[in-house]
Amino acid sequence: MSDHDTHEYLDFAAISHHSEEEGKKIRKVIWNIFWVLLGITTVEVVLGIFYKDWGLSWHLVKMTFIGLTIAKAYYIVAYYMHMKDEWKNFRMAILVPYVLFALYLIYMVLTEAIYQHEFQKLFF
Amino acid sequence: MAAQALNVDKKTIWGGAFPPFRASYGKMMMWFFLLTDALTFTGFLTAYGFARHMYPHVEGDPNSWAVAEEVFTHFPFLEGHHPLLYVALMTFILIMSSVTMVLAVEAGHRNDKKGVTTWLALTIVGGFIFLGSQAWEWYHFIHGTAEGVVKPIIENGKEVVKHVHGANLLHNEYGHPLFADFFFFITGFHGTHVLSGVIINIVIFVNVLMGTYEKRGHYEMVEKVGLYWHFVDLVWVFVFTFFYLI
Repeated sequence: MSDHDTHEYLDFAAISHHSEEEGKKIRKVIWNIFWVLLGITTVEVVLGIFYKDWGLSWHLVKMTFIGLTIAKAYYIVAYYMHMKDEWKNFRMAILVPYVLFALYLIYMVLTEAIYQHEFQKLFF
Repeated sequence: MAAQALNVDKKTIWGGAFPPFRASYGKMMMWFFLLTDALTFTGFLTAYGFARHMYPHVEGDPNSWAVAEEVFTHFPFLEGHHPLLYVALMTFILIMSSVTMVLAVEAGHRNDKKGVTTWLALTIVGGFIFLGSQAWEWYHFIHGTAEGVVKPIIENGKEVVKHVHGANLLHNEYGHPLFADFFFFITGFHGTHVLSGVIINIVIFVNVLMGTYEKRGHYEMVEKVGLYWHFVDLVWVFVFTFFYLI
């Protein structure tokens, strides 16, 4: 019991402070990530408007869109939400349940939707 | 970062003497809330995927799934057909407001009150511009085209051929009614998140102006609302892809 009483709890809000020089570096990273996000969005929009003219297959374009979206999500979560600076324990406690559940849900629901579609075509 | 300088034995970290997540209670709970909210949006978008795979787009069938490129083609002050441009602008606005938010958080880490004030104010302005853009898009989607479409629809359980203008929860000029339902539901739910985000940002902004966080010695509240605001941007990234691009 005495161990707990004497333990000095850390003020996490206070130790997250940084100096003027560190701030400069962090701001540079923030703007770099902004250009990355803007670039990915521009690629998506240009691809969305012109993919038919360029004769690209829809399946390929669709998978590119999903890949680029996940890349964008990574940059927002890792750099803008500072997930990269959190401790691994915390990171995993947030990300692992989400990814497992989301993948499971997407797999189940989309498989069922395709089956339903075939079923309707056959019997209605 | 400076926060990781402290050395702790990996075996004793879960022993109870040390907070194993190394995050303050408020920030941790904000992350857990965002986790649940992310699962909600995943459920919505997956349900959209279900409907979309069940009623795929068929060329010439007015009741098959709508092609977003042919629905959202308006741009303010421009005549003609401009697919994707407007929604690209909305995405740009939200990314921009995300940048101003993260800059406000950064200024908070330096206890720079002036910086926090400026960037947070710009974030709030960006949020209002986004909400206005969304209202504009809903207006055009609800009113539809001047010509409209004559197609069979289901009314009181019977199939009748009718002239349909625009979209609502029952009919959709551009395609399957479920497309409109999901559009209103998902962008509406996201818009509600943006609205509540703007309101929370304003509350925090007033606190910044009154010097509440200056007295407290840190601007962690700005970081917490920042997490929420970035999450709203994150959701929009997915809505943009699955609604407008795919």
